[in-house]
Amino acid sequence: MNERGRVGMICLIVAESSLFAVFVVAYLFYIGKSLNGPYPKDVLELPIFNTVCLLSSSITIAVALRALRTGAARRSGVWLLVTIVLGAVFLAGTAREWYRLIVGHGLTIGTNLFGTTFYSLVGLHASHVIVGLAILSLLCVFAFSGTLRKHPERAEIASWYWHFVDGVWIVVFTVVYLVGR
Amino acid sequence: MSVLSDTMASRRGAGAHRPLLAVLHEWVVTVDHKRLGIMYVVSGLVFLVVAGLEASAIRLQLAWSGLHIVPPGTFNQLFTMHGTTMVFLVGIPIVFGFGNYLVPLMIGARDLAFPRLNAFGFWIFLFGGLLLHFSFLGGEGLYGGGAAPAIGWFAYAPLTERAFTPGNATDYWNLALLVAGVGTVATAVNMITTILTMRGPGMTLGRMPVFVWEIATISWLTLIILPPLTAAQIMLLLDRFLGAHFFDTQAGASAVMWQHFFWFFGHPEVYILMLPGFGFASEIIPVFSRKVLFGYATLVAASAGIGLVGMSTWAHHMFVVGMGSTLNAAFAASTMLVAVPTGVKIFNWLGTMYGGKIRFGTPMLFCCAFLFQFLCAGLTGIMLAVAPFNWQLTDSYFVVAHFHFVLIGALVFTIFGAIYYWFPKVTGRMLSERLGRWHFWLFVIGFNITFLTMHVPGMLGMPRRIYTYPADRSWEIWNLVVTLGLPLQMVGILIFVINIVISLRRGAPAGDDPWDAWTLEWATTSPPPAYNFDVVPVVSSRRPLWDLKHPDDPDGPHE
Amino acid sequence: MLIRLMLRLACRLLLLATTVTIFTTSPATAGDNGAVQTPSIFAPASTPAFAIRELALIVLGITGVIFLVVAGLTVYALMRFRRRRDDDGREPPQVYGSPQIELAWTVVPILIVVVLFLVTARYIFAIEGRPQSPEALEVTIVGHQWWWEIRYPKLRIVTANELHVPVSDPAHPTPTFITLQSADVIHSFWIPQLAGKMDVIPNKTNRIWIDPQTPGGYVGQCAEYCGLQHAGMLLIVAVQSKEDFAKWAAQQQAPARNDAEVQAGRELFSSLSCINCHAVRGTKANGVFGPDLTHLMSRRTIGAGMIQNTPGNIRSWIDDPASLKPGALMPAMKLSRDDLDKVTAYLLALR
Repeated sequence: MNERGRVGMICLIVAESSLFAVFVVAYLFYIGKSLNGPYPKDVLELPIFNTVCLLSSSITIAVALRALRTGAARRSGVWLLVTIVLGAVFLAGTAREWYRLIVGHGLTIGTNLFGTTFYSLVGLHASHVIVGLAILSLLCVFAFSGTLRKHPERAEIASWYWHFVDGVWIVVFTVVYLVGR
Repeated sequence: MSVLSDTMASRRGAGAHRPLLAVLHEWVVTVDHKRLGIMYVVSGLVFLVVAGLEASAIRLQLAWSGLHIVPPGTFNQLFTMHGTTMVFLVGIPIVFGFGNYLVPLMIGARDLAFPRLNAFGFWIFLFGGLLLHFSFLGGEGLYGGGAAPAIGWFAYAPLTERAFTPGNATDYWNLALLVAGVGTVATAVNMITTILTMRGPGMTLGRMPVFVWEIATISWLTLIILPPLTAAQIMLLLDRFLGAHFFDTQAGASAVMWQHFFWFFGHPEVYILMLPGFGFASEIIPVFSRKVLFGYATLVAASAGIGLVGMSTWAHHMFVVGMGSTLNAAFAASTMLVAVPTGVKIFNWLGTMYGGKIRFGTPMLFCCAFLFQFLCAGLTGIMLAVAPFNWQLTDSYFVVAHFHFVLIGALVFTIFGAIYYWFPKVTGRMLSERLGRWHFWLFVIGFNITFLTMHVPGMLGMPRRIYTYPADRSWEIWNLVVTLGLPLQMVGILIFVINIVISLRRGAPAGDDPWDAWTLEWATTSPPPAYNFDVVPVVSSRRPLWDLKHPDDPDGPHE
Repeated sequence: MLIRLMLRLACRLLLLATTVTIFTTSPATAGDNGAVQTPSIFAPASTPAFAIRELALIVLGITGVIFLVVAGLTVYALMRFRRRRDDDGREPPQVYGSPQIELAWTVVPILIVVVLFLVTARYIFAIEGRPQSPEALEVTIVGHQWWWEIRYPKLRIVTANELHVPVSDPAHPTPTFITLQSADVIHSFWIPQLAGKMDVIPNKTNRIWIDPQTPGGYVGQCAEYCGLQHAGMLLIVAVQSKEDFAKWAAQQQAPARNDAEVQAGRELFSSLSCINCHAVRGTKANGVFGPDLTHLMSRRTIGAGMIQNTPGNIRSWIDDPASLKPGALMPAMKLSRDDLDKVTAYLLALR
């Protein structure tokens, strides 16, 4: 049974990677091709805090899983909660950044090629964070209710999705904030 | 017992007649891979008829120059819907439908890994198909052809941008396929997981039937190459609804980028369609030649090779885009390279028939025609791989002839063969051989009249997707002959449908193993019970039933 | 079963015969009298098309041999190994494979592919890499929905839909280099007898060259689906002797005629929205969305090759273009009969 879940999740991650790869390719191809501003170097600031939050959430979910495997369902629930909070902080940070860009700099998805590729790539990632948070919330509820203790492997499979989302962020961060700026 | 055998038992006068509503309900809520497989194939065949009617209208309009059978706008919708329907709503569901039905049976499993995901995949595909066809009713309604898309099945940008195609037609195309694509990815996940984790006792990867290997190959291909289409469609959605500029050339974007993304999907997609056809041939030809498949390992390796190399050939659809000589040469090279594993398979089948005792039942007739027609298709493919020759032939009727040779001449023919071959297993009844022969002969003659001839106007300079053509280019006679092949094909299909309907009620009982075959699906009843096998057989070779029938000379030591 | 195989082979031979016929017969060209002009890719008149035909014959030769060998083997296998009526029902010897045979039938195709690729690459670079010579005529063609804008930058000529080029002497070539651009969606420029096609893409500039060696008329049309009237975007190439071309160019360079009889029509034309889209050199009409009309009557067709350029058709076109070419982007001008007559008379004077 676990085997199926694992293989299935790997397949899903392969497909999602392919999806993201195309948006990354579009982003890279359109670097420097906007006909008008604002341009990345004018408006982008490195989202260090956000990144730290998101990447540490990978650590916290690993801690949660370890707790679960030793049977400490409540403790794993707490660590899952921490993971969710970190993910939510990341989303809030993204929202704040978008507000600054849209209202402060007038950069929307329709402004230029930079706007188009930026919002779509970061937005695609953010939508996956939202789905991930939904999954984590479910896990959290089941952890506290005690059901999850009987199926720690399912939590592991779900955590792979979350690690994938974090991994994608590393790529997005590099492409958008380092290479593209 | 499955619903089918229940219904048939009741028809044989066993008594209790089950109410129609109860039967329908069972089918709608089913998660059984066999019923979902049947539903996929039946839906695909229905869409085949719809798209065939669209093709008929196209051919009537083009039978001579200057005809007014349909207005230009409607013609453009017809070829768009015809191509889109055939690729996404006929080819994909039928091959994955067969995969659905056969894979668990062939590997000794009781169902797919994720039965509910399987059902989800089917219903979302059906929803997408219906959404696409709803476009005929949207907009101005039926008489004006509605808002059916008229952008070509590959929907090149920037024609698809709002500036050039206002209204919702493009959105129907976009959303319907986006949604159906999700279902295809789900099915691919299901297939891979099943094949990797649910094989029966003794069923190593190296003992699986070739058809299962083909399904495995197309599944991992799907995971990699379908999301790029989804991505491009999301980009198009963003362009059309949120004012993004992914393909807006006036904002500095690249129109060619859509083509790269689309064909990165589009080319492997045709391998996804074709490989299961090879799988059908690899099951039917050995059984009807009474010989084991020649060179199992190389054939399987060739499939993997096609999948891999096939992902590097996409821009041979773009030789005239102006990519530059280096890229043109590179893609010519990879395209020619992929022809090697593809062509080698023909030799495997020839080697299988060689030294055999060939029985020409209907499934084998279709596979024989497939061999010749696929050879033709592959060779015209080589011609198209030669980039400078491609500069003349691309976007002309030569290409249309080529890909119809692949998709009908090879794929549809093997699908027909597969239906005649496995219909007995699915329903417990044989299809009529006599009607089958009528179907075959009418269709093969009609097909060749149409599509062999079609190469000629292409070489005489006739481009694709034109609703009419000038009278002074001597294209008329060729177009007329092309159209004349149509009635034969239509009657052939009609006979096929009649065969199915009649045989469902009055076909000869099939028994477990009517063809004296060797793979696991023939080791259970026809139709199989819901749980597939009473006891899952233990296998020790690629042909478990051969071992049972020939205990003195099992396959194991030879493999 | 023999019948089946014979039928199939008959089909193939029919195709072969047809194809051979196409190669060896050269179609009529130069249709001043409206003779049939078959734009066959096997009736080339210009170096790129000659080169492609050469390559095509090589490829057809190779694939032809492969077809005969493989189809022959298949026919043989099907006939020789069919089950006989007096069959004893025993299974034939099971042969599982043969590493040597399988290696051979992999290596041989790879070798064929390598040879084919090397030949192909040579032609790719030779055709695409041809440098532009100083004697070359330069033309810029802009694809529109659904007509062709044709400019000769150095000659200061602007026309539409009919491309005139001087004939090229193989000993001293005077090719024409064409720059291709698009004003809206993707089109494709294809004159089969002169060269392979090249796409016309917005925000991208493509180049193609031709050097037609026989005077006459050559036809082609747009080869990339571009919307409603994709079928109505025909191309006419008139290859003329150097003297004739010079005469044509001089006539095209002249500003528009200013005949007194059509004064009323000209004034009406200039006051209507016509001038928003069309240009007539020497007047204040300098629109760029529609074809240049300065020498409209020097062209044989209107509507991008779809309609004969006759007074009646000009009149119908101005009145309602969609009646002649459904979907044409020019709106119906909704002129009164009198105004329509005047404007028509004016346009008919633009020789």
